Amino acid sequence: MSTMRADLSGKRLKDGMIKSSKTRAGDMAIAIFCLLLMLVCLIPMWHVLVCSLSSADALVRNDVFLWPKGWNVEAYRTVLTTEKYVRSLWWTALLTVGCTLLSLFLTICAAYPLTYTNLKGGKFINFIILFTMYFSAGTIPSYILLNNLKMLNTPWALIVPNCISVFNVIIMRSFFFGVPDSLREAAEIDGAGPIRTLVRVYLPLSLPVIATLALFYAVGRWNGFSDALMYLKKSSAEKYWPIQLLLYNVIKNSTQTSEQAAQEGFFSNGVSKTIQMATVMFATVPILIVYPWLQRYFVSGVTIGAVKG
Amino acid sequence: MLQGERTTKQADAYRLRNKKMGFSWKTYLKRYWTLYLLLVLPIAFFIIFRYTPMAYILLAFKKNNILQPPWQVAWAKDNGFEWFIKAFNDKNFIDALRNTIVLNLLDLIVGTPMPIIMAILLNELAYPRFKRITQTVLYLPHFLSWVIISSITLRLFATNDGLINRAFGTAIPFVGTENNWRATYIMLGIWKECGWNTIIYLAALTAISPELYEAAEVDGAGRLRKIWHVTLPGIRSTIIVLLIMNLGHILGSEFDRPFTLSNPLVEGASKTISIFVYERGIQGSQFSLSTAVGLFQSLVCVIFLLLSNWLAKKFGERGVW
Repeated sequence: MSTMRADLSGKRLKDGMIKSSKTRAGDMAIAIFCLLLMLVCLIPMWHVLVCSLSSADALVRNDVFLWPKGWNVEAYRTVLTTEKYVRSLWWTALLTVGCTLLSLFLTICAAYPLTYTNLKGGKFINFIILFTMYFSAGTIPSYILLNNLKMLNTPWALIVPNCISVFNVIIMRSFFFGVPDSLREAAEIDGAGPIRTLVRVYLPLSLPVIATLALFYAVGRWNGFSDALMYLKKSSAEKYWPIQLLLYNVIKNSTQTSEQAAQEGFFSNGVSKTIQMATVMFATVPILIVYPWLQRYFVSGVTIGAVKG
Repeated sequence: MLQGERTTKQADAYRLRNKKMGFSWKTYLKRYWTLYLLLVLPIAFFIIFRYTPMAYILLAFKKNNILQPPWQVAWAKDNGFEWFIKAFNDKNFIDALRNTIVLNLLDLIVGTPMPIIMAILLNELAYPRFKRITQTVLYLPHFLSWVIISSITLRLFATNDGLINRAFGTAIPFVGTENNWRATYIMLGIWKECGWNTIIYLAALTAISPELYEAAEVDGAGRLRKIWHVTLPGIRSTIIVLLIMNLGHILGSEFDRPFTLSNPLVEGASKTISIFVYERGIQGSQFSLSTAVGLFQSLVCVIFLLLSNWLAKKFGERGVW
């Protein structure tokens, strides 16, 4: 009798548990709520896309919301033919790739030896690395250092000062710790030294975490803004401006003085807005294409980092 | 099988040999010198770019001069504490201090429960495929920079021609008055990081034994009671540790977020310590004063971190170290 009623009112699950219609209504409500949350996350980016594809007039009239008006790709063409933007995008891409490779190399170099628990001085080295996570000298001392090293207003100011993240070293080290000791011993019995063991045993096993850290470093560099703002002040360093700083200045100028925006090569306020939105698309799409494929990996990376950090 | 046995025996012999030989620097270095080679570059990095600047902190107690190394510069007035005294008599600094604390506290109070609620919702989501897609979408804002977000914000929230105001026919100054700007600032922070912060809670949720849910079900617990009596206690320690660690960062200040979101109308609310240091030090060349402010901030941060770690242990949690 009771099973029959359950069959009528609820769906039978594999393990024999029975879901009542009340639970199913709850499931639906939660799903709908999650759908709304997704919309909240997506609509702003969608709006940017729509604006970048709309005509300048429609943008000035403020008619554009969720569907482009006066569909055209003029803004994208303008961005791709304006030397300033193209150069900045290429430069940022190059910088991102280079910095990511350098950072990964250094992070592995720092993390791997620390997994040898019998390493003499290992505890001390571990301490001097971790200490910098809790106490830092601050903005100005770093700035003075770069000034003394003659790195200000050169590309080095964007590459070197933040090329190792302690947090990422911890993630890497924890992952290496997870590799069974027996594998290392087996390699050593076969006569492999530490570096050979690293290259042949550890690195092939660590591809997921390397992908995660590559994503973290690349996103950090691609989205990096404040270091460029502080370290590339001279107008002679403008050619090294990454896309975020360029975008910040373009938007700031266009909201403050439209004459200055006109001097920068824009024809009217509306055109500059569609171009801004197209630039925003260029500055976000590379990351948005990459991150979903790495989701499985970075989720575990974040979890390791939070547990150990 | 035999093969496996042999290698185990070999490994045992190897371990025994290592133990018996005792320690000799020569064999040790011969085997492990490459490890030190690997460490050379990272350690050079930390010494040059993390520890050398700590020597420049001395400037906080010296006259404002960066042409000479700080140890050669004359001491500042008031036994070297001139800049600290100046900072605390500076209305702008006090405002920056207040703004930093207010914004961080609001972030803590409003921002902490959101990812927990969202993680529980995702956990209750009955359709696995849909759940995965939802997660991907919720992580999206984390990957946008504050420059991008502020440029979108300008379009969406402007008082006269912002889309939200136009859509609803209102004229709410979302970023035009100080209190509204604070609310927008907090809301955008939640929008950006809430999804990302669910990751850690979701990981904690998977560790809860399904048997507990089954037992609760047998006892007749509904969805809400299961959340209250099983889910929340299961992630209690994660919540406490994260909350306390965030408390440790109460005087830490981001730069990008307030700097890019700020506008001339709300500078009274948006200027945090990091912006104060940038404007006075890098733009205004008052290096000693801004180094002093930075040192104050770093020290308070360390003290808060130690305190919050102690607090975490007092709550019976693991703490961070």
